[in-house]
This record gives sequence, C-alpha cells and structure tokens, in this order.
Amino acid sequence: MTLMTRLMGAAALTVTTMVGAPVYADGGTLVIASTQVPRHLNGAVQSGIATAMPSTQIFASPLRYDENWEPQPYLAESWEVSEDGMSVTLNLVQNATFHDGQPVTSEDVAFSIMTTKENHPFKSMFAPVEAIETPDAHTAVIKLSQPHPALLLALSPALAPVLPKHVYGDGQDPKSHPANSAPVGSGPFLLEEFTAGEAVVLKKNPNFFLEGRPVLDEVIFRIIKDESALMIAMENGEADAYPFMTQSSSIKRMEKADHLGVTTDGYAAVGPINWLAFNTASEKLSDVRVRQAIAYAVDRDFITKALHRGVSSSQRGPIIETSPFFDETIPSYDADLDKATALMAEAGYADGMDLTIDYIPGPAEQQKNIAEYMKSQLKKIGINVEVRAAPDFPTWAGRVGGHDFELSMDIVFNWGDPVIGVHRTYLSSNINKGVIWSNTQQYANAKVDELLNAAAVEGDLEKRKALYAEFQQIVAGDLPVYWINALPYHTAFDQKLQNVPTGIWGFMHPYDQISWSE
Amino acid sequence: MNTSYILRRLFYGLLLMLGVVVLNFLLIRMAPGDPAVVIAGEMGGATEEMLESIREEYGLNKPLLVQLGIYIGDIARFDLGESFFFNQPVTHLIGLRIGPTILLVVTAQLLSIVLGVFLGVIAARKPNGIMSAFVSVFATIGYAVPVFWTGIMLIILFASIVPIFPVEGMQSVRLRDANVFVKALDILHHLVLPAFTLAIIYLAQYARLSRASMLEVLGSDYIRTARAKGASEKSVLFKHALRNAALPILTVAGLQFGNLISGALLVETVFNWPGMGRLAFDSILRRDYPTIMGVLFFASFMVVIANILTDLSYRLADPRLRGR
Repeated sequence: MTLMTRLMGAAALTVTTMVGAPVYADGGTLVIASTQVPRHLNGAVQSGIATAMPSTQIFASPLRYDENWEPQPYLAESWEVSEDGMSVTLNLVQNATFHDGQPVTSEDVAFSIMTTKENHPFKSMFAPVEAIETPDAHTAVIKLSQPHPALLLALSPALAPVLPKHVYGDGQDPKSHPANSAPVGSGPFLLEEFTAGEAVVLKKNPNFFLEGRPVLDEVIFRIIKDESALMIAMENGEADAYPFMTQSSSIKRMEKADHLGVTTDGYAAVGPINWLAFNTASEKLSDVRVRQAIAYAVDRDFITKALHRGVSSSQRGPIIETSPFFDETIPSYDADLDKATALMAEAGYADGMDLTIDYIPGPAEQQKNIAEYMKSQLKKIGINVEVRAAPDFPTWAGRVGGHDFELSMDIVFNWGDPVIGVHRTYLSSNINKGVIWSNTQQYANAKVDELLNAAAVEGDLEKRKALYAEFQQIVAGDLPVYWINALPYHTAFDQKLQNVPTGIWGFMHPYDQISWSE
Repeated sequence: MNTSYILRRLFYGLLLMLGVVVLNFLLIRMAPGDPAVVIAGEMGGATEEMLESIREEYGLNKPLLVQLGIYIGDIARFDLGESFFFNQPVTHLIGLRIGPTILLVVTAQLLSIVLGVFLGVIAARKPNGIMSAFVSVFATIGYAVPVFWTGIMLIILFASIVPIFPVEGMQSVRLRDANVFVKALDILHHLVLPAFTLAIIYLAQYARLSRASMLEVLGSDYIRTARAKGASEKSVLFKHALRNAALPILTVAGLQFGNLISGALLVETVFNWPGMGRLAFDSILRRDYPTIMGVLFFASFMVVIANILTDLSYRLADPRLRGR
C-alpha cells in the first residue's frame, strides 16, 4: 500500500467517523432508489410506478395478489362473485382504521371505487360499476352493468387504494386534492415527509390491521434521477433496493456487487411492452403488406440479444408473454429480408419509400438505439427512415397524440388484465386525437372490437382465453403495432433483505412482510 | 450615498423584473408541447374531457395575453401559483430548495473569491515566477473546462478511486434521526465536491483578474512610497495594493452572481443536489409553467438584488464615487 493510499484511507475513515455510522431504526429502514418522480401519492387518480410504489404502502385496498395471480384477502377478508357475475360482495375486516384513527367502513370503499372510476385514467377498470351498496359498515356490494371478470384484479393495491371519505369527500377535485401530497390511508406505513421531487419518507403504522405487520420501521423512497449516481448509491449501501431497472449496463453492474441480488420476478402484472406503432391512417402504412414487410425486416433476436445484451426477452403479441392470456401460436415475423422485399414490391413500393420514426424519450437502449437500428435495417428493403428525436416527452406526446407520426416507438403497460391495459390500444372506440396511449394507431377492425367486448364480460376463464387467442391472431395479422420486446425490468436488492416482493405487482404491493435478516 | 440614488436603483430593478417576467412568460409559451397533454401523460393517459378539464383548471384555455395579465397580477401579490405537476404552491417548492441553492452558490462564491484572489496576489508578486505561470495555466484551464465535465471527472475520481466524498445528494438518508451537529457535518461533507466544481471556473477568473489588477496597482507611485517608507511586503501587498486592486474584483463578483446561479443548475443536476436549478431543469422538461416561471422569477430577483448590492458596496469601497 502506498503512502498516498494509506493517507486517503485514513482520511476516509476520519470522515466516516465524523459523520457517524448508519443509524438504523429498530425494525430497520428500507431505502428504495428510483429515477421516477411521483407527482403526488394518491394512486386512485394517478397511474404509474412512481406514485404506485408509495401509494400501495400508505393505502390498503380490498384485495391483494400473490405470485400465482390468485387474489388474497386484504381489507376484504372474504368476497363472493354472484352466479350471474353482475355483483361482487366484499366482506371487510372489522379492525381496520385509517392513520388518523377513523375506522375503515364500506362507505369508504364505495366512495373510493367511485372516485377512482371517475378520476383514474384507466376508465375500463371500473366502467361497468353502476353502484355500490353498503348494507352495513363492513359489507360493500358492487353492482355491475355487465359481468366484469377484470374487477378482482382492479381491486389490487396499485389500482384501488381505499381513500378516507371523511378527507376526500369534501367536494374538492380529487385529482388536485391537497391530501394527495399528505395522504391518510389505512396501509402498513404512514406518511412522515414528502419532499416533492426528492424523497418520500414513511413510518410504520403501529395500528395496521394485520397482526404483527409491518416489520420494517421505516421506508424511504429516494429519487435519484441520474442512473450512475443511483448505481453508486446502491453499491455503497446508501440505497437498499432499486426496482424497475432496465439498462443492461446497470443490470450487469448490480450483478457484480457482492452484497446485492438481482431478480426479474415481480413484474408479471405490469406487462411492459416495447413496441413500434404504425400510423395505419397514413397512406403508406395503411397497406398491411408494408407493415408486415417492416416486421420481417427487423430482427427481434438482434435487439434482445445484441442491443440489450441478453437482458430483455422478445415479445410477439399484444398481451405480455408471461400472462395466462398470451397465445403461443401467433405468427412471430422472424427476420426474413427476402420476404420483406417481396411484400414491399407486392404493395407497389418496389422503389422504396420515405418514412419517419419517432420514439418516446426514455432509456436510449430501449428507444433511440432501436430506432437507429431500424433505420439501417429498413434501408435494406428500400425504406429511407428519418429518425425524429424529440427533446422531451411533451414534444413526442404532441406528435403521437396528435396523430402526426408515421412510425413511433413506445413503451406501454398491460396492467394485469387485458381489459385494463390492452383493449385501449386496439378498440376502434378509443381513437381519440390528442390523447396519448389511446388507439393512436387509428386501427379499426370490427371483429377485434367484437372479440374484445366479448372477452371483457366473459366470466369463464377458458372461454375468455379463447376469445383473446382469436383477438391475438387477428391483430398479429393486421399488425397495427409490431411488438418488439418485454421491457427487461429487474430489481436489485440488498441480500440481507427478506421477502422482497416478487408477486405479480412486485414493488407496487404492500411491503408489510419485508424484513432485514440482521 | 443619497436616498434618491437607492430609490432610483430599486425602481430600475423593478422595471427589469417586470421585463424578465414578461419575457419569461412569452418564451416559455413558445416552446412546443401542451402542458395538459403532459399532465395527462403523467397520469397515465386521459380522455378528451379530462384534457379539457385540465386546461380549464389551469386556465390554459384563456387567451395568452389574459393569462399574462393574470400572472402579473398574481406576482404583484407574491403569488407564484401552483405547480401543474406537483399541485403544490410554487413558493413552497422553491422554499424547500432555496436553502440548498444559496448554500451551494454562496460557498462556491466565497471559495472562488478567497482562493482566487489569494492565488492572484501570490502570482502578481513575481510576475515572471513559477507561481505566476502556474496561476496563468490553471486559470486558462479552469476557465475553459465546462463545469459539468469537471463535475463528472470529480465523480469518477471520488466515487470509485478515492471514495472519501459523497458524490450525490445533500444529506445521507441514514442520518435522518441524527443530531444537528452530525447532520451539519454530513451536509458539509456532501457540499465539498459540488461547491468546488462550481467554484473552479470562477476561481480561475478571480485569479487572473486579481493578478492583472495587482500588477497594475503594484506599479503605482504610492506602492513605491509605501515600500520606501519601510512597510513590510505583507502590508504592501494586502493592505496597500489589494485594497485598491479589489474594486474590479468586487464588480466582477457582483456580476458573476447571475452566472453562478446558472452554473448551479448544471452542478445541481450532476450532483443530484436538491436545489432550485434542478427544479428548473425538471420543470422545463415537464412544461410545468408556473414552476419554471417561479424559479426564473426568483433567480432574476436574486441577481437584481445582488447587482444593486454590488453597486452600493462599490460606492462604499470607493470614496470617490460617493458624491455622485
């Protein structure tokens, strides 16, 4: 060891001693690092990972889900779906209270579901809910206009937080309610501090209705927007878990750290699909042969294995491949340049064409790099692609929402049930100019509409699967979207952590069972 | 110094602020992208009715000039509005971040002035010596290197090679429950790299400026007189020469304040420092108009105040200007 290294070591030791060793709360503190900024903490009026992670700790919900897609009791200790599928009865636990001491009643559950129905961007979650009856303080009966098999999944913590009616029922707009930044829920943790854009600090709820939980004393969400700074924080123990990690370099780097584990579990319900959308209303792309030619020209394997260094997996259809509704038999458009060239000629574009490609500003590896790869690949079949980088999300959203695009790369989530996250892209009734993540492809197929509408109300799982299988076969043929890969979500976590959430909702699920092994 | 002078300066300051507000407002509105689409996008998508209700709620459907009028009226009442993104008052968001930014900017300013002037004085003592050459080279490099590059180099150095300083954030979350003394030390520990990064470019400028200024003053008659009457070298340098050479430094220090604040934007982003600069940067990407305008308003306010104070201190330091 050189003198210089010794001196540096001594200096480091002195500084660490001066600053003090980490102070842990008794049950331990869990520091979760994230690059995403929550607008506020109320998941009833806001979708997305950033809000859902803290929201699912602060608010409890009627049900929760295990890793096998099975609903589990939460605020509802039991539930029954009526024979005809037109009503669902929730029997609530007796001892649940909000963080301010008020009891959680069926009134709160009814109020919350109706508030979410009216204000959450995912309209299909509770659209069939007509009314919620509350025969007594602990029974809520959800009355439906049609059977709604997606309802139970929509009662998950990430989608149906139970809000206190006595706080949110004051007539203010729930979307901008002041309580969204200072929420009162009945979940395992209560809000201690919310510094917008910086951190969310949660403390153990001592009166949580599930005996002996939560184990942790404190959960802190730290927002570190710079990925490399976040990596350093994980490596030096300033943060304990980093969920929703996608960059291959980060994943490889986290795998190398001795004290960290890395898993891909916990993202089944999110179903994040990276895709290439076609504006089917544009003249050139209205011909299905052109869309198919593009699909044949692109090599999914090259993207997942080379561009993503093997961390992502290919995605062949509109429903995430890990979902029970995915149909294995759909055409996969394996790379075939001859076929692609032939299709172009057949469509009357033997001399080629010019196209533009946009991409949602985000991780370059998932977006920009693939767009650039497509540019070079499509040149081989005579398509001259201009890559239109957007400086920021508003610019991109303006173009795609305004239907002012030809090709666009995007990441869209399935959100568990196809009714919630899949239908919106393919239903012709959802072509809404100016609205991002609607059917911006302007794809319309009456048979697809019919199948999706039938699947939305089909109570029998096997029949529902069959309807979705037929839907997948048709859209895979029509190709309004060319699905590329499932986003390679990984979680890095300190190996001393136990019960890291690996269910279908992963880190958008209560952390009441997480603990430190020492 | 008379009162009418101060009042006049304040009036000009006020006019300048009004210009800044109008210009900011118009420039930001010219950027492409509809904030309602961004808000809806952040919410996870929306229907057309939702977009309309968002525009209605934030007054985005009113004519631009009406919006400007309302905004100026609000500012006159010290109301900076509510963030589109966070639904929290902009004054609250700025309030949370003003402390860290001031801490960073003032530390960097002091560091650059003290060290820069010291280096400049040392260099001026022997204009052809090694020290002088070193200061010149250092100043040229320091001035030429972009601040974010310095930051990234320091991060690489201190993150992996010599990990003695934290490379991101202002406080360790693990020390939330620690006592005030430990917390203060922790903040100082976190401050080292960002403050040095921000200071380095200005440090170089001060070194060059004070070297030149000192060289000029050291050639004056009164310095020769001071030496002739037997004043010590230290007294000649720091008492007689520096005091007279300080005026240009003071002017530059005042003018530099604005640059420091814009430099802070980069440094805060590189080091994840929870200040106003990062808030401004993030808000621009989110088209969070009220927050961007609030931060710009506040930053211009600080710069205008700093300039007025410089003007006044200049008059205090130079007796010849007092009567004018």
